[in-house]
Amino acid sequence: MSVKQISVFLENRPGMLSQLTTELAASGINMRALSLAETKDFGIARIIADDTLKAMHDLKAGGFVASLTPVLAYEIPNEAGGLDRLLKTMTESNVNIEYMYSCLSLRGNSRAVMVFRVSDTEKAESALLSRGLHALSQEEI
Amino acid sequence: MERYYQPEIETASRERIIEIQNEKLVKQIRRVWDAVPYYRKKMMDAGVTPDDIKSIEDIKKLPFLSKSDLRDSYPYGMLAMPLSECVRIQSTSGTTGKRVVAFYTQHDLDLWEDCCARAIVAAGGSKEDVCQVAYGYGLFTGGAGLHGGSHKVGCLTVPTSSGNTERQIMFIMDLKATILCCTPSYASYLGEAMKEMGYGPDDIPLKAGIFGAEPWSEEMRRSIQDTLGIKAYDIYGLTEISGPGVAFECSEQHGMHINEDHFYAEIIDPDTGEPLPEGSQGELVFTCLDKEAFPMIRYRTRDICVLTREPCSCGRTHVRMRKPQGRTDDMLIIRGVNVFPSQIETVLLNQGYAPNYQILVDRVNNTDTFEVRVEMTPEMFTDNIGEITERQSKLSEGLLSMLGIKAKVSLVAPKTITRSEGKAVRVIDNRKI
Repeated sequence: MSVKQISVFLENRPGMLSQLTTELAASGINMRALSLAETKDFGIARIIADDTLKAMHDLKAGGFVASLTPVLAYEIPNEAGGLDRLLKTMTESNVNIEYMYSCLSLRGNSRAVMVFRVSDTEKAESALLSRGLHALSQEEI
Repeated sequence: MERYYQPEIETASRERIIEIQNEKLVKQIRRVWDAVPYYRKKMMDAGVTPDDIKSIEDIKKLPFLSKSDLRDSYPYGMLAMPLSECVRIQSTSGTTGKRVVAFYTQHDLDLWEDCCARAIVAAGGSKEDVCQVAYGYGLFTGGAGLHGGSHKVGCLTVPTSSGNTERQIMFIMDLKATILCCTPSYASYLGEAMKEMGYGPDDIPLKAGIFGAEPWSEEMRRSIQDTLGIKAYDIYGLTEISGPGVAFECSEQHGMHINEDHFYAEIIDPDTGEPLPEGSQGELVFTCLDKEAFPMIRYRTRDICVLTREPCSCGRTHVRMRKPQGRTDDMLIIRGVNVFPSQIETVLLNQGYAPNYQILVDRVNNTDTFEVRVEMTPEMFTDNIGEITERQSKLSEGLLSMLGIKAKVSLVAPKTITRSEGKAVRVIDNRKI
């Protein structure tokens, strides 16, 4: 079950990110996860929202350029070696990671959630599933 | 003691100049009428025949030519000589329609090079000089014109062409170059580079510079003169008329003498086309009085300018033009290259983008900066940064091959390009010229 991530184009200058959060605040959107990627003159904000469709709709109406990207989210124990074990499994499954970021788990402090963008989402998901790793659904994140 | 390349014509009396112009114009119009059906039709539409042209005074009866005529008649429609008599073309950058392709017979090259030679001699050049030509060579008229002029004067010509600053400096210092020809912005850049290398104005062998192909200010002139320890001379020209050397500055540095034995200049009201009296500001119009292959008649340059026939203390009697004060169209001159916003539009459309862009031009350390801002669209956007930067560099390459100069391509948020009264502002030129 892949998760839909919202990617938003941002110019790399003061105030652009705040314009985005203002828009989301006005829409009553809570961000479950947020990561920023940047180049010299532009950036991409990657967001997992509690209401993806409303967030997409309102961002577009607000003049933002945004698109949806499937990502995989896995829960790991919030302890030393937690991510390492997950990545080892991914390596064994020959999954190529393009980028990754972390967010809080809905299940409290003892867990963490890692979000992955991989080259082939479906293939990666089934390969990991066969090794006992369940990807989180949109509701679980 | 002022020296001239062709003193008999450069210092001829006004009466003599008019006599030459009368004679050449009558002959030229007869020839063009016979050889160029395109212009003959324009004359017929205007109800003029060669019989109506008896002196230079009658020039105002003749129809104008403009860039759109060059587009309509591209490539051979304005040719007034058999191709077998033509020996060269020169061209500006751009697409068909925006690109000018001009033809030259040997006679045309000779007169063009003579004009450049006049400019070099006016800048103090002689056969004792080492003249480094750092204008671009190739289709661009800058390199070819000054190169030919330098040969005519008998200077030792150093054809470095543009770029490779380190090598330019090496030749200036090792060969003791005394005259430098390039764009003013490149001269300024060279000056800064030499200063950084520890060369002061007294160490640099240069004594004069002939700088043109782009607008520059008096402040820029002073700064170049100070850093290089030279006297900096302005030169004007356009490919349609021949190239650099249509007009040039003398030691007075007070307006450029137009070589009016070859190129007759008028100032007109750009709206009505009416000729304006001497001293008024208006659009500069040129007629090639004796060019053979590509004789522009009343060609509208789109440059806004003022002419004066007041005597000049250098002894030259030819009419002087002030530095062009602007343009009647949207053409920009960036680092010496003519740029039309529509060319940028073409590149965007070719690569599948909406033509939503803005051009930002500025001058930093006397060098033009050129940025093209493109609004990000949903079609262009992807979550993959590598893909976006790849599109960005493809756009940059497209612009380079269209314009011949590099532009920085910036992607901006949608609807951020300034709009005034609903119309997007396409060009922001912050250069103080």
